[in-house]
Amino acid sequence: MISKDYTILSPQGIHARPATALLKLTRHFKSTICLQKEERLVPLRSMLNILALAIQCGDKISVIIDGEDESEAALSIDHFFNDLIKHL
Amino acid sequence: MIKGTGVSPGISIGKAHILKQVEAGFSGIIIQTNEARELEIDKFNQAVVSAIGEIETIRLNTSLDLKPEDMDILDTQVEFLGDPQIAEDVHEKIWQHFRSAHDAVIEVIDAAVEMFLNMDDEYLSARAADLRDVGNRIIRNLNIGSASVDPVFGENTILIAEDLAPSDTIALDTTKVAGFATRLGGRTSHTAIIAKAKGIPAVVACGSEIMNIRNGVTVILDGTTGELILNPGSKLIGVYKAKQETISKEQALLRSLKDLPAITTDGHRLKLYANISNAGELEQVFENGGEGVGLLRTEMLFMGRDSFPSEEEQFNFYKQVAIKSKNRPVIIRTLDIGGDKQLSYFGIPPENNPFLGYRAIRICLDQPQIFFTQLRAILRASVFGTLKIMFPMISNLSEVKQAKECVNQVKLELKSASVDFDRSIGLGIMIEIPGAALITDILAREVDFFSIGTNDLCQYTLAVDRMNSKVSALYNHFDPGILRLINYVTEQAHKQNKPVGLCGEMASDPLAALLLMGMGLDEFSMSPRSIPSIKNILVKNSLAKAREVFKTVMGMDDPETIINYLEEVIK
Repeated sequence: MISKDYTILSPQGIHARPATALLKLTRHFKSTICLQKEERLVPLRSMLNILALAIQCGDKISVIIDGEDESEAALSIDHFFNDLIKHL
Repeated sequence: MIKGTGVSPGISIGKAHILKQVEAGFSGIIIQTNEARELEIDKFNQAVVSAIGEIETIRLNTSLDLKPEDMDILDTQVEFLGDPQIAEDVHEKIWQHFRSAHDAVIEVIDAAVEMFLNMDDEYLSARAADLRDVGNRIIRNLNIGSASVDPVFGENTILIAEDLAPSDTIALDTTKVAGFATRLGGRTSHTAIIAKAKGIPAVVACGSEIMNIRNGVTVILDGTTGELILNPGSKLIGVYKAKQETISKEQALLRSLKDLPAITTDGHRLKLYANISNAGELEQVFENGGEGVGLLRTEMLFMGRDSFPSEEEQFNFYKQVAIKSKNRPVIIRTLDIGGDKQLSYFGIPPENNPFLGYRAIRICLDQPQIFFTQLRAILRASVFGTLKIMFPMISNLSEVKQAKECVNQVKLELKSASVDFDRSIGLGIMIEIPGAALITDILAREVDFFSIGTNDLCQYTLAVDRMNSKVSALYNHFDPGILRLINYVTEQAHKQNKPVGLCGEMASDPLAALLLMGMGLDEFSMSPRSIPSIKNILVKNSLAKAREVFKTVMGMDDPETIINYLEEVIK
């Protein structure tokens, strides 16, 4: 299991476009991926659940990845939160 | 008769088709047996598959010319449709609460909508509308069970609706729609923009009466006056048919001019360009005989969304324009927000005088990251056509130098990254501020071309807000003060061999055509549909006559005399 922490720096937080991109990015991994904000943990596979977390700029979140391709998934997710999200 | 606001001119006569939003009601049916519940779950799953199929069909329909923001809406809808959480909740409602698939979808979507509406985030509460859209789409598919329920329209349909949302207009087959009438909306509503772009007459803001019109009723719609006539007698239909005839004859005549170059009887050639906002409009430009684009507004790319468009998105937008323009020149105006154009995600603090405030190039130079992204995207796209860059709202020399410096910096970056671009891309400025007009000779040393924006130039020169009905009468582009400024800019620019265009409303004013040609302007840029009528005047007259007109007008002292004289001249 890998757990990673990120601070969201995109001014709009995680809105529909980044959420869509994140879903598309993580969909093909076999690992179970969850998103956590404060005490709420949701599986990263539902648009509704991601948006329900109402992640805004400056929020701290964790991503928990568990499965056979977890390191590969972690790399993609790292790239997403550190770089891609700025362009969405 | 119903009176609304005409937003797209022309007359159409056809049969009313009311587009009612489906308000799905809760049925309260109890599904008892396990078998029946399994069937309901199957129905739901099937409806989701068909709904996703519908969206895929829309997405693959190349004739719709979808913009990146349309794609985003569709992407989000697909995610919601396939959302495992929504599916799980619906299954649970069916299995444990004995709901029908129809009721389960209503309950689950309502709860989710409620949750979004209660969020303390303006952006997220707006997603409630997307969810409702998705809910309605599933329910339509549940009820019909077939793939697509988008209405099929007969010939000459007058489409009547509350208002048309982007997702409606993306999906509707408008080829047979002869006119639009909506209860809500304004001149800048989505309906107005779509109708104008497609050249379909439209009336908006008709009031609640129009929702009572019955399907199939004969309607005359006059998009010029904003009138709707229901159940007209044969006499009235005759009158309007005759009007329609006249309009289409005029259009046919003008279209016959389409492929003629804009050359006067004594061989002087003018460039007639168009003002557009996206690649889709280029087709119309060429249909009307436009030879290029004198003003590509880039604001649409930034509006109606929730964050700045990325460099890639912008690049694709400019690239599309470049490719579709088939190497004819396209002048791209860099971001011109502020004033009356605001972006929801880019808060400009309230100003006492927004038109004298933080807008256009002032924002771009203050927040260079926005500017750099746009310039990089334009430069990268420049290899696909003949693009030029134009800076709006220039008030002094230093701004021109700074803006050019930004372009140079981006060029250096691209060079070092071995990215190809047009190294000799033309750089020009808009003349909208009197102070800039009066230093044309100084600015001409720095730029490749000028374009006079007469709308703002008039507002600033005559100190009149044209939206304020108490003073708007003072706004007149035939005011001698304005004419002297335009003449000065043209003279000074020509001394340094820099071409001058004009891209305000004045360019499409038939009365102004000869006067401006006589002044020496090189290019007129206007809405595509205005091109034929201006060309019609130019090809029938000579440069010698235009010079005569110009001389006479410059000796006149008030706009009224000038207008009367110009009316006589083109008769």
